[in-house]
Amino acid sequence: MTQRPGTKGLIFNEPNVWDKSREGRCAISLPKADVERSPLDPALTGDTPNLPQLSELDVVRHYTRLSQWNFGVDSGMYPLGSCTMKYNPKTNEVQAARQGFAGAHPLAGDECSQGALRLMYDLERSLAEITGFDAVTLQPAAGAHGELTGMLIIHAYHAKQGRQRSKIIIPDTAHGTNPASATLCGYKSVNLKSGPKGILEPEAVAEIMDEETAGIMITNPNTLGLFEENIKEICEIVHAKGGLVYGDGANMNAIMGVVQPGKLGIDVLHLNLHKTFSTPHGGGGPGSGPVAVNEKLTPFLPVPRVEKELDTFKFVTDCPDSIGRLHTFYGHFGVMIKAYAYILTMGAQGLLDTSRLAVLNANYIKESLKGTLNLPYDRPCMHECVFNDAKQQEYHISTMDMAKRLLDYGFHPPTVYFPLVVDGAFMVEPTETESKEDIDQFIDAVKAIAKEAQTDPEKLTSAPVLPKVTRLDEVAAARKPCLRG
Amino acid sequence: MRYLPHTQEDIQKMLAVAGAGSLDDLFKTIPDAVKVKDGLNLPEPMSEWELNDYMEKLASENIACKGYTCLIGAGSYDHYIPAIIPYLVSRSEFATAYTPYQPEVSQGTLQGIYEFQTMVTDLLGMDIATASHYDCGTALAECALIALRKNKKADKIAVSDLVHPSHREIIDTYLKPTGYEMVLIPHTKDGLTDMTALEAMDGIAGVAVQSPNFFGHIEDLAAVKKVADAKKILFITSFTEALAWGILKNPGSFGADLVAGEGQSLGIAKTFGGPGLGLLAGTSKLMRDLPGRLVGRAKDSNGDDGYVLTLSTREQHIRRERASSNICSNNGLNAMTAAMYLSTIGKIGIREIAQLNHDKAMYLKSALAGAGFEPVFDPPFFNEFVMKAPRDFNRKRIDLINRQCVFAGLDLAPYYPELTDHYLFCATEKVSKQQMDQLAKEVA
Repeated sequence: MTQRPGTKGLIFNEPNVWDKSREGRCAISLPKADVERSPLDPALTGDTPNLPQLSELDVVRHYTRLSQWNFGVDSGMYPLGSCTMKYNPKTNEVQAARQGFAGAHPLAGDECSQGALRLMYDLERSLAEITGFDAVTLQPAAGAHGELTGMLIIHAYHAKQGRQRSKIIIPDTAHGTNPASATLCGYKSVNLKSGPKGILEPEAVAEIMDEETAGIMITNPNTLGLFEENIKEICEIVHAKGGLVYGDGANMNAIMGVVQPGKLGIDVLHLNLHKTFSTPHGGGGPGSGPVAVNEKLTPFLPVPRVEKELDTFKFVTDCPDSIGRLHTFYGHFGVMIKAYAYILTMGAQGLLDTSRLAVLNANYIKESLKGTLNLPYDRPCMHECVFNDAKQQEYHISTMDMAKRLLDYGFHPPTVYFPLVVDGAFMVEPTETESKEDIDQFIDAVKAIAKEAQTDPEKLTSAPVLPKVTRLDEVAAARKPCLRG
Repeated sequence: MRYLPHTQEDIQKMLAVAGAGSLDDLFKTIPDAVKVKDGLNLPEPMSEWELNDYMEKLASENIACKGYTCLIGAGSYDHYIPAIIPYLVSRSEFATAYTPYQPEVSQGTLQGIYEFQTMVTDLLGMDIATASHYDCGTALAECALIALRKNKKADKIAVSDLVHPSHREIIDTYLKPTGYEMVLIPHTKDGLTDMTALEAMDGIAGVAVQSPNFFGHIEDLAAVKKVADAKKILFITSFTEALAWGILKNPGSFGADLVAGEGQSLGIAKTFGGPGLGLLAGTSKLMRDLPGRLVGRAKDSNGDDGYVLTLSTREQHIRRERASSNICSNNGLNAMTAAMYLSTIGKIGIREIAQLNHDKAMYLKSALAGAGFEPVFDPPFFNEFVMKAPRDFNRKRIDLINRQCVFAGLDLAPYYPELTDHYLFCATEKVSKQQMDQLAKEVA
């Protein structure tokens, strides 16, 4: 095979930050006091927090070493299914760091914040166009927060109709956070099995959809990477019984410029700016989860809303049907800047090309690896494809073993054991920013690992060997949790 | 397009393998009737230099572009951010990583967040801190839900009306579909939560009090604890200014069960209010009720130390509809930033910065008093306080913004209609004596 990206290298040990502490060190220049001391009443003051005492280089070296133990998109291919780990453009970071944005106080008032308001307004309009909806809120702070927002909107809609409903339909190919989001609104989740082709069948929806059901939560393309071909018919069935259709837009990277979910009959959809719109995941956040709605649901959007009057912008809170506020201020503005910079850089054609190439990369991997790994649903996929370990089980090798061995080859593993509808799932989403050469290296690595599974299974079960630590005992860690030093 | 690496030759070769004649062919499972016909209606793509010009133009429409004197806080604070903080946190191994589900290649994030959890527990005097939340308001709403779930006999949560107004609105939003109710505890004429009113409340699952409160006053948390114990309800406390704990007695020392806080002060830029950093801490007893991620120590197969995400059986991706919360992404990179900031200022720096904030605020208050402002409330405060302004102040205030980029106080009337002409001021370590003297002269 071609050269593996993963190799040996020197990394450094680094203790906990407090173990480096020495009495009397401080990594800031303490500001000079130009006003007199005003001691607080000793009854109100406490002991000083026992923070580490370090020099500036101590701090720099500590975090530089820690960072070197991490794998990021900038380190290598990160084919994590349903997470869209695409390249995060550096110019986006430059835009977000501008003093006029980064230094802006949220309560400076509309007149002093016109640039921020204009950016939010224009980003809302761009996302409305990309998704085919009437209105967008940028307030939700993450994808799951967007789901909650969407469910609150559905709840408020039914309340306004005068009769609340009790259930929500959630297919087995939906995202993992969906049931918890529905529960927060008091809805009981009703599980719906997808059909033999890996997509939903209208008859199955019709069978369980009733007037006690508030709606359905659909991920499209679903978590098998398949487009829900019957989406329009399903929407009609749900609407006919007075329900609403929630779209989980986490997989929007497959269909930008190809399909507008708002035109399919979906009523409300959330997006993940930290997936589709290239903002970095930051090791787990901050993200941003805008929600798009059709005209019927616009009155229920959270406040404040951004409105335009002639060429000035203002926040509006006077919306009597609004579900209310979801964030202390206006959401993750810093993330919005990056996503807007991305959209301005790409344009309509760039976004369409993005989806086309994301889908090309996934289909190329699917076809290249389907002789090596079992492919439970052998159909044209969208931006991700789902294999499993059925072929490796005879050698007592699991999806987890293959995932861990990939680390030694220098690749981040795919999403494993999700979606639940596939036993031992191995879910690959390459994204459009990976080149053919990098994808070929990945394919070669998976093939080499599959061969090792037959000839040298020990190499997989003891993997990984190259990272700083080997397999960690998560079960023991959870049994006796140690959550602080 | 510079982010898309495919050459025409690559595309042809890959299409052949994929068994498709063209890129459009890849979408044949999508019915033609639902496809976009004429392309999306978006602005023409910009080059990087066009983008720079356009974004700078937008940024310059915010007054913050000029570097201003910020004498407002109310949940977003103007503190100095040492140069090493943005420098270190922009290391792309941190910024471009996913949630550390594969611990072997995520030890940097994991150790960093473990250290963050440790420093936060120390700052707040609590047993456990989570790996972060979106902001204080959403963390506080989650705390209210925990109390309501724990105490099945009660369906109300008592919340001080001096909790940040936005946070109260968020609690309202979260509670609306659940059938639970938020009841407000009024405040006394001293600008403190009215304990007598709290004592008289029945059917409540927990009490939430912010300290320092929205007026900046330091609440008597010991008194809140006493009432909470007598009623056998959960004691929740929140804060918006994390640096206060560099000098004040922490919530844990008063026996708080749950603490929700805003960590933006810890090295994070204001950025028009987000992303900030939600802090959430609790007692060991509540470990399994806490929402969100937790990092714990673990051993690898060689017996070496490492870290993993742990207790994930509480979380939405495992427990699904029975999860304690639906939170998935949190504000991890900002948690890392806060850890870097706390390591940088250290034990010596945090006390000094906290004291300096208090000194400056005391000075500003007396300077404004000298300029004819009326100090309406008396309780001790950290770095925020309320003053009643002379009648013509609002005109001067707008003039100060336009002429000198000085933001002198936040008008409280939109939040508390009875407080016309009352302003909430904040002074941090960044404001100089000279700036404060100048302000006093301008508004006198």
